Amino acid sequence: MSQAEAVADNRTPKMIGRKVNVFYSGTQALFDVDLDISAHQVTALIGPSGCGKSTFLRCLNRMNDVIDGCRVEGDITLDGEDVYHRGLDVVQLRARVGMVFQKPNPFPKSIYDNIAYGPRIHGMARGKEQLDRIVEQSLRRAGLWEEAKDRLDQPGTGLSGGQQQRLCIARAIAVNPEVVLMDEPCSALDPIATARIEELIDELRQDYTIVIVTHSMQQAARVSQRTAFFHLGVLVETGDTDHIFTNPRDQRTQDYITGRFG
Amino acid sequence: MAISQVQSAEQDAQLDIARRVARRHAADRRLRLYGLTAILLALGLLALLVASLIATGHHAFVQTEVALEVHIDPEEIDPATPDRGNYRDIVRSGFAALFDEPIPQADERAVYEMLSNGAQYILRDRVVADPALIGQRLTLALPLSDPFDQFYKGTIPRDVPEEQRRVNDLQIGYFDQLVETGAVSAPFNWGLFFNADSRFPELAGLAGAIMGSFYALLVCFLISFPTGVAAAIYLEEFAPKNRWTDLIEVNVNNLAAVPSVVFGLLGLAVFLNFFGLPRSAPLVGGMVLSLMTLPTIIIATRAALKAVPPSIREAAFGIGASRQQVVWHHVLPLAVPGILTGTIIGLAQALGETAPLLLIGMNAFITSASGGIMEPATALPTQIFLWADSPERGFVSRTSAAILVLLGFLVTMNAIAVILRKKFERRW
Repeated sequence: MSQAEAVADNRTPKMIGRKVNVFYSGTQALFDVDLDISAHQVTALIGPSGCGKSTFLRCLNRMNDVIDGCRVEGDITLDGEDVYHRGLDVVQLRARVGMVFQKPNPFPKSIYDNIAYGPRIHGMARGKEQLDRIVEQSLRRAGLWEEAKDRLDQPGTGLSGGQQQRLCIARAIAVNPEVVLMDEPCSALDPIATARIEELIDELRQDYTIVIVTHSMQQAARVSQRTAFFHLGVLVETGDTDHIFTNPRDQRTQDYITGRFG
Repeated sequence: MAISQVQSAEQDAQLDIARRVARRHAADRRLRLYGLTAILLALGLLALLVASLIATGHHAFVQTEVALEVHIDPEEIDPATPDRGNYRDIVRSGFAALFDEPIPQADERAVYEMLSNGAQYILRDRVVADPALIGQRLTLALPLSDPFDQFYKGTIPRDVPEEQRRVNDLQIGYFDQLVETGAVSAPFNWGLFFNADSRFPELAGLAGAIMGSFYALLVCFLISFPTGVAAAIYLEEFAPKNRWTDLIEVNVNNLAAVPSVVFGLLGLAVFLNFFGLPRSAPLVGGMVLSLMTLPTIIIATRAALKAVPPSIREAAFGIGASRQQVVWHHVLPLAVPGILTGTIIGLAQALGETAPLLLIGMNAFITSASGGIMEPATALPTQIFLWADSPERGFVSRTSAAILVLLGFLVTMNAIAVILRKKFERRW
């Protein structure tokens, strides 16, 4: 992607959050968060534990709906459409905004079925050949094809941790989402597997908009173009990653990235 | 001086540590010993139970029979009505022919008491089933009556004074002659499994009870499995967590603790008196048992659903599966082993349940195996109850044998539960 295109994309954010407040059975977890997610960029959400970064991430594809006693206020839009609109089908939303979780969580099914499940339930493949093609394409994009092509019928749970996480990424992109949310995708992985996932994230940016929650500031600095710093449920600062890490405006951001707390 | 003090303090500290380590190890060993003792005690009691059942029950698995030849005289039996006729005399003359000398008139009663009262009906049933036998000679084995069955097996000893045993010396004399001819044998008692109940212990079997229990469990399964699993899925996966669902949960748990006799009373009041369903029928028995099995299945299913890791649900939700798809495609398949195990354990519990069946009349005396869920029947536990109440010697061992059969069914069901769990178990 050329520099000019990236700038153009910056002007029209893919997702916009305005005055987002989240309550967990009475306790407020997020306070008036305003955040834009730029298309075809990696946005990193950083902050100490319990700061609300995962909560915000899960608002973007309404995964918080599943949690009892969770209430979301404010506006979140995807390409200008209200995500929390009454008439919006949450299943369609999650097909457009996919998710990768902290711990690799492949289904206890074969590698093939792990990838094919999404396209199947969304009716994306007509016939076996098309499904095969989607599976291969997704695995190739996730950089798992060479390792997995001879064992597609074996359980996904038999792969190593890093391979499982790439399988989960392949599974998420198999339904061809526009946005991929990643909730600390490398926290359960060793450094080598982490490096592979980070490379992968950088490649995926071409086709998808990525939001990643991470504990590691180095990781945020390595993979993201934009960074948002959360603290105690408040979005403290957001901006270009280079800028945030070299020249933070807020004292709290400064303290966090220099390791004074967190 | 100072150095030696320091050294001795160090030694003291080391000794103290050693003592504490020794104490901790001793406590570990004690705890292990308590556990081992408890397990051995439990196993010992179980072994004692089974051993005593086998000691009294093993006699019932063989049945003393006498082989004799009968001539089915067309004079006595009219081929047009083979079910009527003097089969008693035919059997008796065949029996008398086993002895070398004709039996004096005075001894006839004593001698013919050796044969089971049901012997003539066994012959009759053979002839009714195959009228071509009329006019032919037929060799068949007929059961001896209970006292002689017991005498042959040794449960009535010879050295008891005559007035205290049910076989007198005269009969023993004839019986010994009979044994010498080689006509008496004690083969495996298939009748225990294929005969229905009877007033005569030598003819009584469990067929009616097994069929009754089978039909009752079938009804129980058909009602409680779909209802229980559906209720559990709703409560676990769909219901909001609020005061109402808490109330339901508490009630379901309490229902599991309600004494079974109460369900029997409920069945009597509602199913029999209000709805007017037939008394003693496996249909009603199964309905009452399903009331008991339902909470077990709900609780087991909920536990199985809870045990499915939340990450699997999240993964499925994350790629846009609907709630229904998450449950059907991911959660239920993983919960199946737990659900099946819970269901089979619940059914095994229902199989052994007696009190509610007594109240709805499934302890009736029924001499033919049940023909369906609407026909009167007994069940295995109520049959045991009936036999345990009967005074005849033969029923004592048959009671134990019936308990062994019931235990056999229970062990089989539990084994199936274990096998199914192993087969469907998946790791993640």
